[in-house]
Amino acid sequence: MCSYLTVPTDIAGSAKGAQGWFNVTSAQVYFDHPYHAPFDHTLNIDFADPARGPGARVAVELSADSARRLVASITEALAAAGAAAS
Amino acid sequence: MAAPQEALTADEVILTGKDGASINAYQVEPAGDGPFGGVLVIHHLPGWDSGTKEITRRFAAHGYNAICPNLYARQGLDVDPDDAAAATREAGGVPDGQFVDDATVAVETLRALPTSNGKVGVIGYCSGGRHAFLTAVSVPVDAAVDCYGAFVTGTVPEGFPLKVTPLVGRTGDLRCPLLGLFGNDDQFPTPEHVDELEAALKDAGKPYEFHRYDGAGHAFFSVDRPAYRPEAAVDGWQRIFDFFGTHLEA
Repeated sequence: MCSYLTVPTDIAGSAKGAQGWFNVTSAQVYFDHPYHAPFDHTLNIDFADPARGPGARVAVELSADSARRLVASITEALAAAGAAAS
Repeated sequence: MAAPQEALTADEVILTGKDGASINAYQVEPAGDGPFGGVLVIHHLPGWDSGTKEITRRFAAHGYNAICPNLYARQGLDVDPDDAAAATREAGGVPDGQFVDDATVAVETLRALPTSNGKVGVIGYCSGGRHAFLTAVSVPVDAAVDCYGAFVTGTVPEGFPLKVTPLVGRTGDLRCPLLGLFGNDDQFPTPEHVDELEAALKDAGKPYEFHRYDGAGHAFFSVDRPAYRPEAAVDGWQRIFDFFGTHLEA
């Protein structure tokens, strides 16, 4: 399979890429062939600011298990923060 | 004097697209005076990556002028290939018309090389397999190799991020012999998708040669992925060089 559904979401925050820190406005989430990771498919997230061009991107390619653990970790961290994270 | 074994020269060249855009391409030429056949290498969806450039060098090492244009060059010539791939994906992929124009320019470039014998083949992997078929029904080439290209046949799933349509209806336009290499465990294309293509080729009376590998799925040529299947890949490479040897000799 070459490509699966892309799930985009608007985000607010910053990421550090090849040119240093920049604001990120979108995250593209998809399960597909990676560019670098040594797996057949990975859960890929592109943190980006499309308005700044293709290079304004921080990419991660995670194994499916890693991605699930990351989701749990994020959820747990936000829950522990309680009201401060709302 | 015979050329040194597998000696070659690789460089980045800038092509001019039919729309005037600058397109960077990886061009590799064997040592020696030729004449050599040419091979247009189409990269897969993840982009103009090192793995595809390595494949391009492999053809030159076997005595072919080879070129791999960056299909995502319109994102900028200085943009990292992975960033260009992500941006192109977000934009819905490369339109078929733009691809055909870029493939035409690349084929013309190969034929214009002073060492060219005038023959040019095309090969693509994954999404590039579909592009190889699209080239073969659109551009005057002498041989085409489709390595597990999805959506030549079949139905594109609803919500699919790329604006692609099946090409099987254009089988009658095929201009050259087609070699197809497929894994029987692949989901895109499934063996049934391959059956559909084979039936269309038979109906149209087009020359083709298919090889289907048990125990192999999608991307079995990818040496740095778990999908790599040495037996299928080694046999597949032999089929490719036999096929090009038959159809791209002067």
